[in-house]
Amino acid sequence: MAKVTLIIDDIVVKANKGTTILEAARVAGIDIPTFCSHEELAPYGACRLCTVEINKGQQSQLVASCVYPVEEGLTVKTESAPVTKGRKMLLELLWARAPGAQALREYGVKYGITAVREGADYGIIPDISGTRTKFEIEPTFCLLCGLCVRYCNEVKKKDAIGFVGRGTEREVLFFPELAANGCRQCEDCYPLCPTGTLPLYYTLAEAQHSA
Amino acid sequence: MPRLNSAADLESLGQRLLNSSKGKRVVSVTNGTDGRTRHSEAVVQALTDEIRKRSLGGKLVVKSTGCHGFCEQEPTVLILPEEICYVGVKAEDVPEIVSQTLAKGKVIERLLYKDPTSGERITKESEIPFYKSQDRTVLGNNRFIDMDRIDDYIVLGGYSALARVLSGMKPQQVIGEVKKSGLRGRGGAGFPTGTKWEFCRKALGEPKYVIVNCDEGDPGAYMDRSLMEGNPHSVLEGLLIGAYAIGAADGYIYVRAEYPLAVENVYIAIKQAEEYGLLGNNILGSGFDFKVHVHRGAGAFVCGEETALIASLEGRIGEPRQRPPFPATSGLWGKPTNINNVETWANVPLIINRGADWFRSLGTERSQGTKIFSLVGKLKNTGLVEAPMGMTLGDIVFNIGGGVPDGKKFKAVQTGGPSGGVIPESLLDTPVDYEELSKLGAIMGSGGMIVMDEDTCLVDVARYFLNFLAGESCGKCVPCREGIYQMLKILDRICEGRGREGDIELLEEIGETVRDFSLCALGKTAANPVLSTIKYFRDEYEEHIKYKRCPAMVCKELIAYYIEPEKCQACLICLRDCPAEAITGDKKIAHVIDQEKCTKCGTCLEVCPPRFSAVTKLSGVKVPEPIRQKTEVVRK
Repeated sequence: MAKVTLIIDDIVVKANKGTTILEAARVAGIDIPTFCSHEELAPYGACRLCTVEINKGQQSQLVASCVYPVEEGLTVKTESAPVTKGRKMLLELLWARAPGAQALREYGVKYGITAVREGADYGIIPDISGTRTKFEIEPTFCLLCGLCVRYCNEVKKKDAIGFVGRGTEREVLFFPELAANGCRQCEDCYPLCPTGTLPLYYTLAEAQHSA
Repeated sequence: MPRLNSAADLESLGQRLLNSSKGKRVVSVTNGTDGRTRHSEAVVQALTDEIRKRSLGGKLVVKSTGCHGFCEQEPTVLILPEEICYVGVKAEDVPEIVSQTLAKGKVIERLLYKDPTSGERITKESEIPFYKSQDRTVLGNNRFIDMDRIDDYIVLGGYSALARVLSGMKPQQVIGEVKKSGLRGRGGAGFPTGTKWEFCRKALGEPKYVIVNCDEGDPGAYMDRSLMEGNPHSVLEGLLIGAYAIGAADGYIYVRAEYPLAVENVYIAIKQAEEYGLLGNNILGSGFDFKVHVHRGAGAFVCGEETALIASLEGRIGEPRQRPPFPATSGLWGKPTNINNVETWANVPLIINRGADWFRSLGTERSQGTKIFSLVGKLKNTGLVEAPMGMTLGDIVFNIGGGVPDGKKFKAVQTGGPSGGVIPESLLDTPVDYEELSKLGAIMGSGGMIVMDEDTCLVDVARYFLNFLAGESCGKCVPCREGIYQMLKILDRICEGRGREGDIELLEEIGETVRDFSLCALGKTAANPVLSTIKYFRDEYEEHIKYKRCPAMVCKELIAYYIEPEKCQACLICLRDCPAEAITGDKKIAHVIDQEKCTKCGTCLEVCPPRFSAVTKLSGVKVPEPIRQKTEVVRK
């Protein structure tokens, strides 16, 4: 297989052509944070936490490392100032949606984000002093990384769980009719959930189906 | 219809059509979606009936055409060759038009366009100020083409570019010509079209596909709709040429279902082109085969993004995916695919016919040709405007748009649709050019241009666009889904008078993350309305936050309506009209608005007679307490 050489955080890395920056970095022992990538699943590029700064000649660019293929001569910085700044903001935005979710806490410690900043008042929780906007929603446990949805689709080929809604109304849902035929026996998606709350969603669907 | 088996067949058909149209007058009525909202169909019907009644049919052709550009004046009746242009025509006016103008050649003064500035009536279409400085290279043919007649397109030289390409040009030559012309994507990003075609041609994999992107989702923008309705064959011809150059045998037209007339006309166009053998197998006897399929989009803004469009076309959820791989290497069904916007395709036949050098002669060094804008907002003239690239924003707003009406002051122009940027008056001499606009934090976008006057609050404008984008974000990636929502929440509270110190910086911080970290162009540009208004109108944000004052008197929570007791003549009009029953007073007793009850609908301000002008809007100041001892009004 053809190899390309690139530099990730000052380390010279040789990677197979066609692999992503994230994979190449992992092989070199460099950890890039991510919620939505999984080795058994196709690259998805949704959480954007794995964004890194790349340099090709003069140009510098921010790209999601889980979907960006390695290129000869590429210089990659996984923790440059703009990368870290944006990553912190992403963690804070996610915190506002899913306060204190397990996986968030782990990265939160690393990046110093353990709550939404004081006084910012941008949690998902509706501000009681103001009017509710059209898009106001309740806090959730889910980070919408899509691991469960994609695993069920790509690996199990069952599509018993999927996304519904768009924008902030997007959520993960077990489709009761499909889930009733086999989710109990499978449950392979449970350990993938970075927040550990997926079984709750299943219980909800089950209750709805039997109701 | 006879099948055309060669370029010569096409040419002789064109010649025959030209001969038979000689000496005939053309009465062209705008009957696109915009005209139909003002009963243009009745005008067409009345014209047809009246002409039949007077047996003028042999010397006259009535054409039901797409939009000519000046939509606000439609239905327009354009009489050629004299070029007499009647605006705002109703079915009742038709007998007079036929008996006076068509039979006797007399011009009907009252139906002519009246210049709002000079008050003059203008007879010829080309002399109307709105059209005068335009260069209607792409859109201009809408005037001459009946939406349902392929012959009208052929008589104008339609499909001759295709014939030329098929009978004498190699695919590489076609790509070379398009590359040389400098044509760039009209959908917004401005990627060089020829280069895009070349990528797709060189990509490995068969079959290859070409797609027309007519998923025009920007609110208030309708360039693509008007082309698709009024001149669908120009798009088809461009698509055919592109397909030949790229090596594709199948093409898709992705058109919004919200454009029923465009969908209808595209089907008609395809059917007629097939009958002539301009689509299908062995086109013009050249051995080139090409089929077109129509797909109706289901109304998601994000499906205008090419990867989301492809997902939707394949029957999956319309969500974008990361590029690379670009559609040129892995697009529809994983095959090399080339997607261009409607307007981009429509430019292609012109480039082949008139040459790359001609095209380069229009526009600036980096942006060539013309661009169609939908010019709307606080302007004297609104409609579709086609201007050469490089024309300044000021020329478009003031020369073509006629400036701001009612003596108001110009404040800003927003370019590029909901995710475009707002440009202030001081930068109006900026030429319209992809790079120049993005330097200012705006974008060319697909061509939306909204003009705002002094009564517009730009914080409210930013909130409006973010509200749109929050509803259209697909929700796949974190920065776009969560970031837009949080920015909207902050803008909401600023507009409601609950803004805080540090909110502007917070908006900038979130906005930059959304811009730099989002997956697709929707997210990458979503922060533009916020960042550009902060950049150019930061003081307005500060007024809202620090002094709870909306300088443009727009944000409801920050304004109050107030009746000045010295001016109030106790006429009872506002008191009776107030829907919230918030006004007290009586005959001879000055009226007072109960601020607790007031819903700030503005009715009192509207109905107060101008000679009194007693109602005013206040913002950032305390509403004066009613003065009890001075309530008695002595009528002046």
